[in-house]
Amino acid sequence: MAAHFLCCGGFFWSDFSMDPEGSMLDESGRRRKVHGMLKLYYGLNEEGKAPEQPQSLDPCDINGPHFDPELYLNKLRRECSLGELMDHETCMVKQIRSLDSDMQTLVYENYNKFISATDTIRKMKNDFKKMEDEMDCLSANMAAITDFSASISGTLQDQHAQITKLSGVHTLLRKLQFLFELPARLNKCLELQAYAQAVSSHRRARCVLQQYSHLPSFKGIQDDCNAIMEKLAQELRQKFRDGGTSAKDLSECVELLLQLDEPAEELCEKFLSHARSRLEQDLQGLEAEIKPHLPIPAVKEAATCRSPSTAALGSPKDSPKMLSLPSPTPNTDILEFIDRGCNEFVSSLCLVITSYQELFINHAQTGELASKNIPQMANNKLKAFVDDLAARYFSLVERRIQEEKGVSDNSLLVRALDRFHRRLQAVSKLLPGSTVPNQGTEIVIRAATERVKQYLTALQSFYMDSLTDVRQALATPRLSVAAASVAGGGAHLGGAASGRDAPNSLPELLSSLSASILNQIKSVLASVHLFTAKDITFSNKPYFKGEFCSQGVRENLVVNFIRFVCQSSRQFCESAGDKGGSTPPALLLLLSRLCLDFETSTISYILTLTDEQFLVQHQNPITPVTTLCGEAREAAQKLLNHYVKVQGLIISQMLRKSVETRDWVNTIEPRNVRAVMKRVVEDTTSIDVQVGLLYEEGVRKAHSSDSSKRTFSVYSSSRQQPRYAASYTPSAPMDTNLLSNIHKLFSERIDIFSSVEFNKVSVMTGIIKISLKTFLECVRLRTFGRYGLQQIQVDCHYLQMYLWRFVSDENLVHFLLDEIVGSSAHRCLDPCPMEQSVIEVICERG
Amino acid sequence: SLVTKQIKIRPNLRIHIIDFDDENNIINKNVLLHQAGEIWHIAASPADKAVITTCYNKTSDSRVVSCAAVWRMPSDWDSGSHESPDDSAHNAQTLELLCHLDNSAHGNAACVLWEPMGDGKRVISLADNHALLWDLQESCTQATVSSTATLEGKGQLKFTSGKWSPHHNCSQLATANDTSIRGWDLRTMSQIYCIENAHGQLVRDLDFNPNRQYYLASCGDDCKVKFWDVRNVQEPVKTLEEHSHWVWSVRYNHSHDQLVLTASSDSRLILSNMVSISSEPFGHLVDDEELSEGEDNHQEEKSKEPLKDNVVSTYEEHEDSVYAAEWSSADPWLFASLSYDGRLVINRVPRALKYSILL
Repeated sequence: MAAHFLCCGGFFWSDFSMDPEGSMLDESGRRRKVHGMLKLYYGLNEEGKAPEQPQSLDPCDINGPHFDPELYLNKLRRECSLGELMDHETCMVKQIRSLDSDMQTLVYENYNKFISATDTIRKMKNDFKKMEDEMDCLSANMAAITDFSASISGTLQDQHAQITKLSGVHTLLRKLQFLFELPARLNKCLELQAYAQAVSSHRRARCVLQQYSHLPSFKGIQDDCNAIMEKLAQELRQKFRDGGTSAKDLSECVELLLQLDEPAEELCEKFLSHARSRLEQDLQGLEAEIKPHLPIPAVKEAATCRSPSTAALGSPKDSPKMLSLPSPTPNTDILEFIDRGCNEFVSSLCLVITSYQELFINHAQTGELASKNIPQMANNKLKAFVDDLAARYFSLVERRIQEEKGVSDNSLLVRALDRFHRRLQAVSKLLPGSTVPNQGTEIVIRAATERVKQYLTALQSFYMDSLTDVRQALATPRLSVAAASVAGGGAHLGGAASGRDAPNSLPELLSSLSASILNQIKSVLASVHLFTAKDITFSNKPYFKGEFCSQGVRENLVVNFIRFVCQSSRQFCESAGDKGGSTPPALLLLLSRLCLDFETSTISYILTLTDEQFLVQHQNPITPVTTLCGEAREAAQKLLNHYVKVQGLIISQMLRKSVETRDWVNTIEPRNVRAVMKRVVEDTTSIDVQVGLLYEEGVRKAHSSDSSKRTFSVYSSSRQQPRYAASYTPSAPMDTNLLSNIHKLFSERIDIFSSVEFNKVSVMTGIIKISLKTFLECVRLRTFGRYGLQQIQVDCHYLQMYLWRFVSDENLVHFLLDEIVGSSAHRCLDPCPMEQSVIEVICERG
Repeated sequence: SLVTKQIKIRPNLRIHIIDFDDENNIINKNVLLHQAGEIWHIAASPADKAVITTCYNKTSDSRVVSCAAVWRMPSDWDSGSHESPDDSAHNAQTLELLCHLDNSAHGNAACVLWEPMGDGKRVISLADNHALLWDLQESCTQATVSSTATLEGKGQLKFTSGKWSPHHNCSQLATANDTSIRGWDLRTMSQIYCIENAHGQLVRDLDFNPNRQYYLASCGDDCKVKFWDVRNVQEPVKTLEEHSHWVWSVRYNHSHDQLVLTASSDSRLILSNMVSISSEPFGHLVDDEELSEGEDNHQEEKSKEPLKDNVVSTYEEHEDSVYAAEWSSADPWLFASLSYDGRLVINRVPRALKYSILL
């Protein structure tokens, strides 16, 4: 019973798979169990259910595969009571019954399918039978066809061989015909100027002809061809040489010639020489633009000379514009020139390089010519060619740049240089190893340095011109202090064209001078700054980033200019030092103040400005601000000292003349202060005002309210009668000079031409010291009569009354005047001094 | 050894002869009266130390005239040195007039120059714009003008100073007028060179380098001392700017021409060592013989580097303007200076310098 059940299990399973939507879905639990059992039976342990395994090995497990009914029965019988057995039996029967019914249901359900399956199988069996027959038939037919085909090809074998041969002959004949026709064809091509076709035809035939050249007929053809090709080559060369053809034609020409085994070197040379001739035309064109200006340098020179002065004469603010105005403009400006150079020369040079490279280098590398080292040779030739022409171009450009002397619009030059430089980059791209761009950069650098130099010269000449103007302004309305302060209207009336708006007081002149210098420097810096602008190609070259800024602009331009100012100032002291005539003293004073201002503020301002504008990196040793300030201070000191010396000399000269030209022995009794002394006091006063305009007052020693009187009494007390008498008694030399000598012992030694401080009092002290010392020395060289001495007394008292207020230490004036009177008494034949009261009356009256 | 120093005191009527006894450091003073007038310039004959010339101011009819004359000092003046200085003033002797260098036709005499190293027969006097060459005859008692040279030009030209060159067989004279220095050839009495604007202002004094024939020193009111090579008068060879007022006198040392004395109205006397333009720019040239005897370190000091010019020392003993400075004619290391207040200062070249020059 169990066996039967098991036997039917196979159908169950297959059935299940065939009909998944069976009617037992409702009893899924059972079905799974059945399913599991079936699976178990067929060993489809797909999921490897290990835990079921031991259970199923049990022979007493009714659902296990090793179930042993005997054992099971025995076991049951042994273990169970009767009641239990009965129950088990009923249960078993019930189970069997349910199983039976299940099976029945399955069989019923799948019956039709079983039947149709059986039918199908039967039908298939019949069909296969028929097919086998047809296959047999087919194979028989195929065998027949094979036989037949073999026989056909056997028969056609001979004819086929013949046809192949014929076709070969045909090709050969065609080739031969081509060969025979070749000369004619070539001729025709030649006539039509279809050179390319001719060359390609000839190339095709060349090998054959070469190979069969031992046959006379072929030889003939070859000769003909060669003759024609020679002609063709000749014609090509002619065309090549004519040079009238376009670059494209030319390159085609070269290509053909190369294919004709023309020696490449020669071709290179010819190509280059042809290119050279065209480029040289460009160069000549450029040269022609330069040439016309050469014969008139004198005119230009004059123009350049005039230009800064005219600029300086106008208001300084407009000077950049002014400078540009009269600059010597050649026929074309530099930008146009460079443009022309770039467009004509550089671009055609580039074109030549490209086509040359295309022809001889790139092309040759791919073709069969590569083996002959042609690229190498061609490259060298090209380099030499480019270098040579570029050198000529550069020399032209440099010549043109050199003509750019007027420091007019710098942007024009910068733009021109930029364009020049930019265009050369194209050459560097085409010829990576070329030195041309570097040379170009060098030219730009040279031009820039040259330009900086020109600016320096321009600044210098501007400065000198400004000084000339200042000098004129100082000279024309014999101005200065008195004129400016007393009669302001006089300047308006007397003021000439230049005097109209020219500031004519010293402080104004000074401020306008320093302002115009500063403006000029600023505008020059701005112009030079163009060289380092971001959009300029060469501005990022290391030279323009570093050296140009630090050495070129800072050192060579700014520092040198400052140095120049100091130096030229110093020259005023040296060259004009003798006689002091050439430089007006007011100018010295003004310059001294200018240098002092430079020292205190202007220099550091200018240098900071420069450093900021040019981002100077201090890699090279640069001149520190302190050095320049020191120089400026030194110059200022020197100028001021010189001013003191010159003014002192002017007054000295007056005093000296007045002492030397007078007959002191026979002079009349003094009634007045001599006019010279009044003049001296007047001049000293005006100098005082003049200095006061530019320099601060300075410190002086405190003096009493009635200074002149107090000291005068001291000085007159030393002039007691005994002294004069004693001076001629040889026995008592000590007594005579006792007072004066004691005075000298306690007073400091006076350095006459000593350095002065930067203030008014010190300057005035210096001037008065020099004047009075001269007076003293001159007096000592003269012989006086009685009235002569008295006149000196009057004069000295007068000076005493007015001069003390100018100096830092009035005792100095007293001492020197004392000495003068003392010395004149010494030199007096009849020393009889005037009454003090009389002197005072005379002086107060005068 | 007795050293004679003739010194003028100006402006005065006396001549003080000052003897300086080197060994005992004693100064003796002799006073000679010069009654003709105050002396502005004095010069001693190279041949006879008793004969001198003076230029002096004479006041007559309330006019001051400058004259020149040749004098003989009394023969026994140097015996007076035994007397104490105190009473030397009392037995002042009078100069004996030999002859006047009568030049009233030519103007005021500025100075009289003796022919250097001559026989005391020829003198030149400078008067206004004339240079007069005198021949002294019959032991200086008679003077005749043998030739004259006249400076011509605009304005009133006046010689201020002059110097007879000891070189070229004593045929050259240098004179100063205003700011220029002129050279004259005495044979033709014509100008041979002219340094225009030698100084910014008046040229006060001149001196010839005793060893280098073309070198000339000048000083003036521009506070400078300039050294000239008269073959090239465009630029001075050297300029000293040590003084702070007019320089009145410049003197080369008679034997060691690197030593230059300058006196100035800034009351200073400056002794400079101008080695680079001296006749011994490399120091004293030592003979081989001397070298071999000398020590090694001694030899090292004699490097052939040109020595540097420098100011040796500045003498500030004077309280007033120093108008004259003079080297001793007997002892090359001794010099004297005279200032306005009548102070005469005698100094010696510093020992260290002396040895460095000698050794």
